[in-house]
Amino acid sequence: MIEVQDLTKKYGQLTAIKDLTFKVEKGLIWGLLGPNAAGKTTTMRILTGYIPATDGRATVAGYDVFEQPNEVKRAIGYLPEVVPLYPDMTVAAFLRFVAEIKQVPKAKRAAAIDRAVKATGLESVRGRLIKNISRGFKQRVGIAQALLHDPQVLILDEPTIGLDPAQIVEIRELIKSLRGERTILLSTHILPEVTQTCDGVVIINEGRLMACASLASLTSSVAHGDGVFIRLRRGAPEAATLFRQVPGVEKTAAEGDTVRVDWARGQDPRDALTRLVVEKGLGLLELRPFGIEDLYLKIVSGGSEQ
Amino acid sequence: MKNIWFITKKELGLYFGSPVGYVVFAIFLFIWGYFFTGILRWFNDQALQMAQNPYYAQQININQVVFSSTFHNITIFFLLLLPALTMRLFAEEKKLGTEELLYTSPITASQILLGKYLASLIMLAVMLVLSAIACLFTFFYGNPEVAPLLLGYLGLFLIGAAFMAVGLFFSSLSENQVVAVILAMGANLLIYILSWSAYSASGLRASVLNYLSFLQHFDELVRGILDTKDIVYFLSFSFFWLFLTHSWIQSRRWR
Repeated sequence: MIEVQDLTKKYGQLTAIKDLTFKVEKGLIWGLLGPNAAGKTTTMRILTGYIPATDGRATVAGYDVFEQPNEVKRAIGYLPEVVPLYPDMTVAAFLRFVAEIKQVPKAKRAAAIDRAVKATGLESVRGRLIKNISRGFKQRVGIAQALLHDPQVLILDEPTIGLDPAQIVEIRELIKSLRGERTILLSTHILPEVTQTCDGVVIINEGRLMACASLASLTSSVAHGDGVFIRLRRGAPEAATLFRQVPGVEKTAAEGDTVRVDWARGQDPRDALTRLVVEKGLGLLELRPFGIEDLYLKIVSGGSEQ
Repeated sequence: MKNIWFITKKELGLYFGSPVGYVVFAIFLFIWGYFFTGILRWFNDQALQMAQNPYYAQQININQVVFSSTFHNITIFFLLLLPALTMRLFAEEKKLGTEELLYTSPITASQILLGKYLASLIMLAVMLVLSAIACLFTFFYGNPEVAPLLLGYLGLFLIGAAFMAVGLFFSSLSENQVVAVILAMGANLLIYILSWSAYSASGLRASVLNYLSFLQHFDELVRGILDTKDIVYFLSFSFFWLFLTHSWIQSRRWR
């Protein structure tokens, strides 16, 4: 549904993104993950036709972003990083205006607004001025605005930024409920957002593609290098040498109060390790299996991994 | 066409969703009333004195004295007031981030531009219609000529439209409304007073400066002379600034 090929954008001397290539299949929620200033917003702005790319191609819903911008704009619902709202308008008036400029036919406008209001839970603030509603509601108005013309593709730039934890959960549930016919690309710099809402992820850093894979395949590639982090109350460096003697353990490394223990696939020496910790009185604080976070940090700080 | 109207409707709504529309209308009508009644009273006194002398009574003309002076005074007020109506049109969209919504919607930059301009023209037209109530009273107590009055209004509308085209351009330059309004006022004033330097110039330079200045063209309309060259001047002047605005908003997306 979304296809990006060798996409490059330069702002003068500054290269914001370079040779990005990825693909999002129809009906999936895909995350665009990367630290701040990685080029996420730039990528999304190119996909929505807000700014043109310096080089490369992008197609959305089968239309070329550069050749057929109007068709692409009709197919996309877009929530920019800064939610575009007119503070002096009421929620209802704003949604009516967006429905008009998104070319929703007059006969269907009222129904489209009702549907978007219902989907985003805005019934209680419909008649309020946008400047008087809370941050969470503003974010919902932003999402409602993107849904109005029933687009095939939704592009959401940091949909949960600046919200409190309860609102974040609500917005995530809302996004998940939109899964189905729509293809959703959402950007974020926090990993749990991806693991909790997305089917797959594109990881970029400093404008370059670091990884593009489904969540399932990422998790299995994490599982491939099995191991745990063990945080101890005392004696981490000695524990590292001690743990290496446990059968099955391949390598260990101490870092501060935490020991990283890697073992060969198929082995699981966790029982032996914990017994050792208790016998030596090291004081177990935490035992954590390798997660997707560790992979993400490795990807973002180190080299590329497809 | 529909898209232009959608933008216009939104802008008109925002003028009255905030105090801007009301304040501009109120101040305009107050100043208009102040000028108009002041000049009318003076005209009344003069007319009474001159009534004793049939020769002078022939000379005094309500169109020339009252309407024309009011219109001239109002143009100066317009060049300060009208940029206040246009300053937010683009600057605010940039500040709020709503331009991203506009430019990712299936409407063109020229539709956005024309929609905004049309909204400001409608504001101007409504202001002028409201001000005409004062002129109506003169018809109860005297017999002014209608045609020069209407041409005067046409002149005011055209000069206002030109000021607002300049204002729109400066609004597209900056995301700061104060910067936009000050630039627009400065530019309007400069163009307005071009004809002053024409007084001291001679030959070709004088005729070029005279042609470029608003005053020359406005004068003719207010005096009741309908000349296509004046109409064409104002229309092409506005078109030029709209064209600049369009080029600017298109190009900034490519930078």
